[in-house]
Amino acid sequence: MNGYINSFQSMGTVDGPGVRCVIFMQGCPLRCVYCHNPETWVTGTGVQVTPKEMLNRIKRYKSYISKGGVTVSGGEALLQARFVKEFFAMCREERIHTALDTSGCIINDDVHDLLDVTDLCLLDIKMTTPEEYKKYTGVSLNTVLKFLDILQEKSIDTWIRQVIVPDINDNFDNIDRLNDILRRYNIVKKVELLPFRKLCLEKYKEMGKPFPLADTPEATPKAVAQLQKAVIL
Amino acid sequence: MFEQWNGFNGGNWQEKINVSDFIFNNYKPYLGDASFLKGATQRTKDLYGKLQVLFDKERERDGVLDVDVDNVSSLTNYAPGYLDKDNELIVGCQTNSPLKRGVNPFGGMRMAKNACEAYGYKMGKKIEEEFSYRTTHNEGVFRVYNDEMRHARHIGMITGLPDAYGRGRIIGDYRRAALYGVDKLIEEKEKDKNEVGRGLMDVDSIRLSEELYQQIAFLKKLKEMAKMYGYDISLPAQTAQEAFQWVYFAYLGAIKEQNGAAMSMGRVSTFLDIYIERDIKNGILDEEQAQEIVDHFVMKLRSARHLRTPEYNELFGGDPMWITESLGGMRENGKTLVTKNSFRFLNTLYTMGSAPEPNLTVLWSEELPQGFKEFCAKVSIDTDSIQYENDDLMRPIYGDDYGIACCVSAMQIGKQMQFFGARCNLPKLLLLSINGGYDNVSGENIGPQMSVYPDEVLDYNKVIARLSIYREWLCNLYVNTMNVIHYMHDKYAYEKLQMALHDTDVHRFMAFGVAGLSCIADSLSAIKYAKVSVVRDEKGHVVDFETEGDFPKFGNDDNRVDTIAMNLLQGVYEELKKTPTYKNAEHTLSALTITSNVMYGKKTGSTPDGRKKGEPFAPGANPMHNREKNGALASLNSVAKLPYRCCRDGISNTFSIIPESLGKSDTQRVENLVSILDGYFHNSAHHININVINREKLMAAFENPEMYPNLTIRVSGYAVNFHKLSREQQKEVISRTFHTSL
Repeated sequence: MNGYINSFQSMGTVDGPGVRCVIFMQGCPLRCVYCHNPETWVTGTGVQVTPKEMLNRIKRYKSYISKGGVTVSGGEALLQARFVKEFFAMCREERIHTALDTSGCIINDDVHDLLDVTDLCLLDIKMTTPEEYKKYTGVSLNTVLKFLDILQEKSIDTWIRQVIVPDINDNFDNIDRLNDILRRYNIVKKVELLPFRKLCLEKYKEMGKPFPLADTPEATPKAVAQLQKAVIL
Repeated sequence: MFEQWNGFNGGNWQEKINVSDFIFNNYKPYLGDASFLKGATQRTKDLYGKLQVLFDKERERDGVLDVDVDNVSSLTNYAPGYLDKDNELIVGCQTNSPLKRGVNPFGGMRMAKNACEAYGYKMGKKIEEEFSYRTTHNEGVFRVYNDEMRHARHIGMITGLPDAYGRGRIIGDYRRAALYGVDKLIEEKEKDKNEVGRGLMDVDSIRLSEELYQQIAFLKKLKEMAKMYGYDISLPAQTAQEAFQWVYFAYLGAIKEQNGAAMSMGRVSTFLDIYIERDIKNGILDEEQAQEIVDHFVMKLRSARHLRTPEYNELFGGDPMWITESLGGMRENGKTLVTKNSFRFLNTLYTMGSAPEPNLTVLWSEELPQGFKEFCAKVSIDTDSIQYENDDLMRPIYGDDYGIACCVSAMQIGKQMQFFGARCNLPKLLLLSINGGYDNVSGENIGPQMSVYPDEVLDYNKVIARLSIYREWLCNLYVNTMNVIHYMHDKYAYEKLQMALHDTDVHRFMAFGVAGLSCIADSLSAIKYAKVSVVRDEKGHVVDFETEGDFPKFGNDDNRVDTIAMNLLQGVYEELKKTPTYKNAEHTLSALTITSNVMYGKKTGSTPDGRKKGEPFAPGANPMHNREKNGALASLNSVAKLPYRCCRDGISNTFSIIPESLGKSDTQRVENLVSILDGYFHNSAHHININVINREKLMAAFENPEMYPNLTIRVSGYAVNFHKLSREQQKEVISRTFHTSL
């Protein structure tokens, strides 16, 4: 079974613990207004690899990632859950730590199987009300909350992430709601608020696509730090 | 048995000169973290303040504070000089005043004269007259160079050769002065001299005997020099302060005598730690005082200067002396050689701020104590001032008492030395072979003459066949040229004092080098995997290339091209070995450019990889800038594949990463950098310079250099003040790949 890869970054240090190889899968069902990887949206393109080929590539970096591991990101990795599952299963045999960076927007049997071989889930809860979630991503918050339930059932360590966008979710109400959601889950080990940035402008330009938030200012580290303080964990 | 040795464990070192045996019997490994360290004392701060005033003045005067044009630099030719006689714990100046440079014409008269004049001085009549009756190294070389040697040098096929300046890259075992006292060293050398020529006094024996005569004479001068400062160093050092002072005197004698390109320190910190530990045990020293001695010693090294021409300084980015001190490493028995003094030396980058000298070099092993690894990583992140070399790779070859000369050249301290040989230009050689012996930059013919490559599209196998013909020619010429240089250097500018601090029977390397490795590897990859057509001038010479299609590029962990680079090194090394060397030195090779990758690029036409005429190569073994598409570790893996086995003079890699890409918090950055170093060296890589810095900061320093007088960055096996780089070098550094992934 082949996977469609958008790109490979041999060294990442911000998507999970330690030094990690990061694989960006091709294809995403979401259309977040602030998406910084628009090149990963379309499905069925990209480079095709087998799980074994992917593993062989990762193994070349084994000496660096013994305290880190591998992170599969996207796009939306859950779109290719079966491929990722096979790949993660092989990583486990090699004692390589696996992290899944996802929006949690798809639930099916393959996703269940994938989670069974996932060491850490980086779950991006993009918005905290159903209306906003729908408005800014195009899909439903409900699935994401169910996904969180499954993580809890399966006792998978989880880091929650959220991009803070000025004028959209840079407020304490949003953080209060996030706290409310997360209260019931002891699998959540960390909540990372990430500043909205516009490094992706160039990519949109190249692709000839308008960037919906071109006029929105970047989030300041200070504002994000203040919101971070309000996070209860 | 000296009374100065009381409190030390005995051993073989007491019977004969054997510093490593002394170290292994007496040093105390330190497995903890950096929390024991103390800051600078007020006295250190005041003293360094005085030195900084002089640094500022030096900068205002275009980089040279003052020159003594009336005396030839040597051990006893200047009255003693001080920064602050009452407050400096370690004394000794190269001339009679700090930062004032001496004139040293032994390497070459013209270079010395030009250097004086470039800074508004004129060489004194007395020196000119003295040297009108003697031959310099430079004169000797040019008496013997044949036309082809001159020509290859002139067009930049082989450049940077030490034929007009001191070769350097020799590390005296400066520790011997402290451990044994100079009288004992003289006694041993006299014994050796009497043994020379028993049975047969042939040419080699006669030469050795004369060299020993000179060594002994200069050991005597060393004693005299110390006496001028009020110290009697005929006997061993008694205290830590004396041990540092003795070591420094020996080093000072060496740099007074020799204006060598790289005048490295060796591996003194763990040796000196033994004296500190003894003093602490005897209750005459505490940690604050220990750091103070280290600081004052390092201050002296930061003050070391040689007078060199502006062209030389431009080539190397400021006026580095490569005072390389190797820290850490492991013993062959598995114990670490890290001591508290390894930390104290790194700590000088905090007590006195970051600085390019001494060139602090960590011998990295996966087995190093975690506390030391983490402190190194922290210092790298904070100061961009240290480099790392793979102890696990070198220890099996050189044992556990080797040091690094210059940037990446390993040698056993006091037992091995090298004949330094700069580098040849591989991309230029490729172009020469395509043009059948015509150099398309100078417009001159050199090497085997044949027709210009006849077809319009380059065929990989045909190009390789041509390249091997020219490689054979170049390697033979290169060895022969080096033989001339080093014969003459021994004859007219022999390193008497440094060699006096070696065993008499010394092993020699002859260190060759290549420049433009990634450029030629990518070029050959383009020829093999894409379609490269030639562009000719009106006479039919190939002057440019048109490359259609994509091709694998070095720096992406792609074996298709990485193997090309590996084979290139192997090929050059095997070819060099076919020509015997002067004094039967062992051939070695390096992929190291210092900062001359800019200059080499200038002298090289457009290459098939898409690099245009005159554009810089990447430094050392680095991938070409911004061709790495798979992130930092892929880039590191490509370099790690280059075989140290045939590149024993070192494989240099300079790595720049922005702080944010190393992790979110300070702790994470430290941990991640340790993981990167462990991983890289586990894969048998040899060397890495680490810069953790933003391009924006460098650009700001480029625009306003005066605002960043102390901004230090690692360039290629050593560190420089960013403001001392030429504008072109600064631009090249800014255009390098900064690994970013967010």
